[in-house]
Amino acid sequence: MSNSATIIVVEDEAQIRRFLRTTLASEGYQVVEAETGKQGLAEAATRKPDLVILDLGLPDMDGVEVVRGIRAWSSVPVIILSARSQESDKISALDAGADDYLVKPFGVGELLARIRVALRHFSGAHGDAEGVFTVDELTVDMLHRKVTLGAAEIHLTPIEYRLLSVLVKHAGKVLTHQLLLKEVWGPNYVERAHYLRIYMGTLRHKLEKDPARPRFLLTEVGVGYRLAAI
Amino acid sequence: MADQRPDPDALLEKVQRAEAKRRRGRLKIFFGASAGVGKTFGMLLAARERRAEGLDVVAGYVETHKRAETEQLLEGLEVLPLRTVEYQNTTLREFDLDAALKRHPALILVDELAHTNAPDSRHAKRWQDVEELLDAGIDVYTAINVQHIESLNDVISQITGIPVWETVPDAVLEEATEIELIDLPPDELLQRLKEGKVYLPQQAERAAKNFFRKGNLIALRELALRRTADRVDAQMRDYRDDHAIQNVWQVKERLLVCIGPGGTAENLVRAAYRLAQLLRAEWVVVYIETAKLQRLSRQQRDDILRALKLAEELGAETATLSGYKLAEEVIAYARTRNATRIVLGKPTRPEWKRWLFGSLVDTIIRQARDIDIHVVGKESNILSQSRESPYFSRSRLYLGLASEEQQPMFKWRAGYLWAFVATAINTGISWVIFEHFDLANLIMVYLLGVVVVAARYGRGPSVLSSFLGVVAFDFFFVPPRFSFAVSDSQYLITFAVMLLVALVISGMTVSTRHQARIAGHRERRIASLFALSRELAATRGEENILRIAVKHVAEVFEAQAVVLLPNETGRIVYPTGEGEPQSCHGGDLSVAQWVYDHAQMAGQGTDTLPGGDMVYLPLQASSGMIGVLALLPLNPARIALPEQQRLLETFVSQIALALERVKLAAETQRAQLKMETEQLRNTLLSAISHDLRTPLAAIVGASSSLLRDSDKLDAHARHELGQSIYEEAIRMAGLANNLLDMARLEAGAVVLNRQWQPLEEVVGGALAGMNSRMANYPVNVRLPSDLPLVEIDSLMIERVFANLLENAVKYTPSGTAIEISAATDQTQLLVTVSDCGPGIPAGEEERIFEKFHRVVNEGNQGGAGLGLTICRAIVEAHGGRMWANNQPSGGAAFHFALPLSEPPSIEHEEAIQS
Repeated sequence: MSNSATIIVVEDEAQIRRFLRTTLASEGYQVVEAETGKQGLAEAATRKPDLVILDLGLPDMDGVEVVRGIRAWSSVPVIILSARSQESDKISALDAGADDYLVKPFGVGELLARIRVALRHFSGAHGDAEGVFTVDELTVDMLHRKVTLGAAEIHLTPIEYRLLSVLVKHAGKVLTHQLLLKEVWGPNYVERAHYLRIYMGTLRHKLEKDPARPRFLLTEVGVGYRLAAI
Repeated sequence: MADQRPDPDALLEKVQRAEAKRRRGRLKIFFGASAGVGKTFGMLLAARERRAEGLDVVAGYVETHKRAETEQLLEGLEVLPLRTVEYQNTTLREFDLDAALKRHPALILVDELAHTNAPDSRHAKRWQDVEELLDAGIDVYTAINVQHIESLNDVISQITGIPVWETVPDAVLEEATEIELIDLPPDELLQRLKEGKVYLPQQAERAAKNFFRKGNLIALRELALRRTADRVDAQMRDYRDDHAIQNVWQVKERLLVCIGPGGTAENLVRAAYRLAQLLRAEWVVVYIETAKLQRLSRQQRDDILRALKLAEELGAETATLSGYKLAEEVIAYARTRNATRIVLGKPTRPEWKRWLFGSLVDTIIRQARDIDIHVVGKESNILSQSRESPYFSRSRLYLGLASEEQQPMFKWRAGYLWAFVATAINTGISWVIFEHFDLANLIMVYLLGVVVVAARYGRGPSVLSSFLGVVAFDFFFVPPRFSFAVSDSQYLITFAVMLLVALVISGMTVSTRHQARIAGHRERRIASLFALSRELAATRGEENILRIAVKHVAEVFEAQAVVLLPNETGRIVYPTGEGEPQSCHGGDLSVAQWVYDHAQMAGQGTDTLPGGDMVYLPLQASSGMIGVLALLPLNPARIALPEQQRLLETFVSQIALALERVKLAAETQRAQLKMETEQLRNTLLSAISHDLRTPLAAIVGASSSLLRDSDKLDAHARHELGQSIYEEAIRMAGLANNLLDMARLEAGAVVLNRQWQPLEEVVGGALAGMNSRMANYPVNVRLPSDLPLVEIDSLMIERVFANLLENAVKYTPSGTAIEISAATDQTQLLVTVSDCGPGIPAGEEERIFEKFHRVVNEGNQGGAGLGLTICRAIVEAHGGRMWANNQPSGGAAFHFALPLSEPPSIEHEEAIQS
């Protein structure tokens, strides 16, 4: 995949825009800047971007509204930039369909990694229910419902497998607690986050070498989980 | 000549009085001997002069009695419209106090000071309206006749034979700035009356027959002149005090007035008042309750209550004492109060009785050698003729006077029945022992019966059983038996002595019983006060004090109660808290406000706004008004009794003091908090300025170097500079995060988002966040596999781990291990983060948790010293605790314990899937 992808940066702080523009341009991305939410929505509609980087603290409208606006007609990946005091906004934005988030301040390495994952995900990996997912020695064969770690096949209960398969389908993307509960247990279970945590724990004990420092099943504290994609 | 100099305290008091007077309005009273002498006329003349001088004069209420000359004078003066009140189908026209206060003139005319207001008015009496006007700083001109003065009331009733109901306390006259006597010789007055200048012709004729007799007029004139002279005399004395012509009065006289039953109590009180005025003495009126006095009739008891109330109104202190012997009690009390004189009523006993048994007066005169005794004669008594008011009929219960009469009828009858039964039993016992014992012993059995009956049923039944005992003894046992006849006449003596002994025993037993009851009553009162004080003393928080206050007041005074407190702007508002079962609702806030503003009682049983059912008492403490206690008494008369009122006052002041204590404590706390905040701000500023400046200096330096010399720098140097900028910026970000966390935690803005979490995941989150900086530190995570879920805010606890790990990285040499471990006991989860570094300096284990505290030799490790403070705040917000120590093997260990509870159940996998 070439780096000629178009990225819209919706951010009101000029200094942040400047740094993003310089960095992203040097990586070969086409950068379109927008200062306000409205402008961002307009650019997203006309420029057919490959990715949107959206700051949650916009002066004119709620970042969550911008995510909803984009999601109304497009599945373009959206990466959110948030400050530490915006925990709940961040979760709402993820629930509204944003793909990933970064907490300010963040390093360039982190940002570029997220961008790569999001772009790859968007360009074809997603929705691949029949494919085989591999990262390091973990392999998930979606067709045969087979999970192997190195050479050993891992036996999972149906719910554990369902949980893993939802994560595989959105590999690299942050999935909120609510979304996972709904997908795996059904809409009646969205308030019972401890179900998710218990099953995530058993899944880790089966798949991870050191469950306290997971390699694959990453915790996004207070937000949800992410399956490492690379 | 030091003696000649005024006492500084007395002078100070005088200055304060003068100060208070200056702020108050000035009261001028036009004083006359009777109607028609020209008081209103004089008042209007004076008012016109004031107006001519340019003063803002308003006629608030002027009674012209349709006299032409007077009405002429009223012309041209601004007259305040009267308030009309519908009362029992008649329209009353009353002075409009509120309009006057609103209009707020410099001088207002309010005629007829002794007037009684219509029932719904704010005050019962017009003189109280005037008081309020004066308090508001308005000057008042008013008029009054001598017969309306409280202390002269009885004298005048005797002279004229016409009782006067409308009276004005003497204090009002004494406080007046000026009194102008309007004098008219009786002949001229009668002439005026004849000419129809005083009353309309028909009225005039009737008046002349009754009141306006020449003899009356002369007497009244004399009283008015004397009264005025007394006042001039008092002014003279004041003047002399001011100018130190004589010693300032230092040795105060104190009168002890002893009132008793017999209808003369009120006269005695008035006479004593006049004497006290003359001597400028304090005076105390006591009523001494003995067992005998408890058996007084309803009428007599009411007289005593009324006299005590009158005494209070006239400015006396009152007390009700109980004792066995009147004279001893009076003298003992006089000595404890340092009374210089005792005032007594003239004995009413017939001469032969006095000669035989002595009298109170004689005994006191004999025993109190060093105290002057005044004996006041009995006067014909027009006033105290049965004025049975509901107030008194309802109020007897208290004082503990009415116990006998309050007993229900059946008990009363049962007593007599028991007298028969006891006699029958005694006869039975005697019958059994008759064979073996002497007759004299049988008498003892009967006497025992009398004692039992007396102790249980009081006087009547015990007297009955005395007689019955003698009769039964005679009939059944004295030979010839079964006959009332007596064979040996010496038995007659036996009977007489037996009866006498039985009666004496019954009398003494009954007395003892009453004493015990009175003592019990007092003790209950003191106990209730003690209980209140004790509970209040042990209470913190306004809410609790209010609750306790309401509870106790409700119990002791049989009333519903509520404490009303002002808001920030000084307006009384309804309480916001949840009420108690004893709380009363629906108090009148405007009355409460009045009480709060004027620091005076109001409501039922008082002189102000007596219309409603509730009583409002000001809660006044040393620093001023605290609030208002509103009471809805079940028995209003109880509250109005002097004794009870004093108890209530004590309660009120206790409550006020307790509330004040809380208020002051809160203020102190606020002040301290402010001081601490100030101090904190300074520490914060210096910490931030240091911790921000250092990284900023590095960033500015490194980045400017990159910008300027980029050609000269090799790749390695550029990387070094970039690395330096990055690290310093991260450090600043950390500081900003900590400050933000601290601010949020301190502001109480943090609402914990508690969810059931596996600890492992939180530890993992923290480790992932620290990844880059922990590369050189091997971390051992040792969590038992069966660790239960804990209900925590994962973001917050992650901060705890992150801060602890960061500290470990900061203070331990690179390459040393860090260990995270956890264990559980029954109630808590214990987490430890330990390192292999130099450990915590001795004695710093607790201080490191303090805000901005840094270990001394920290050097430029950075950090504002907030990390551990935040950790502890977070753990404590979770209901846990946090501490630190050094491990035996070296290195610091940080521990925190979180409470465990039963985690939520989880359905089995199969159940969910089906």
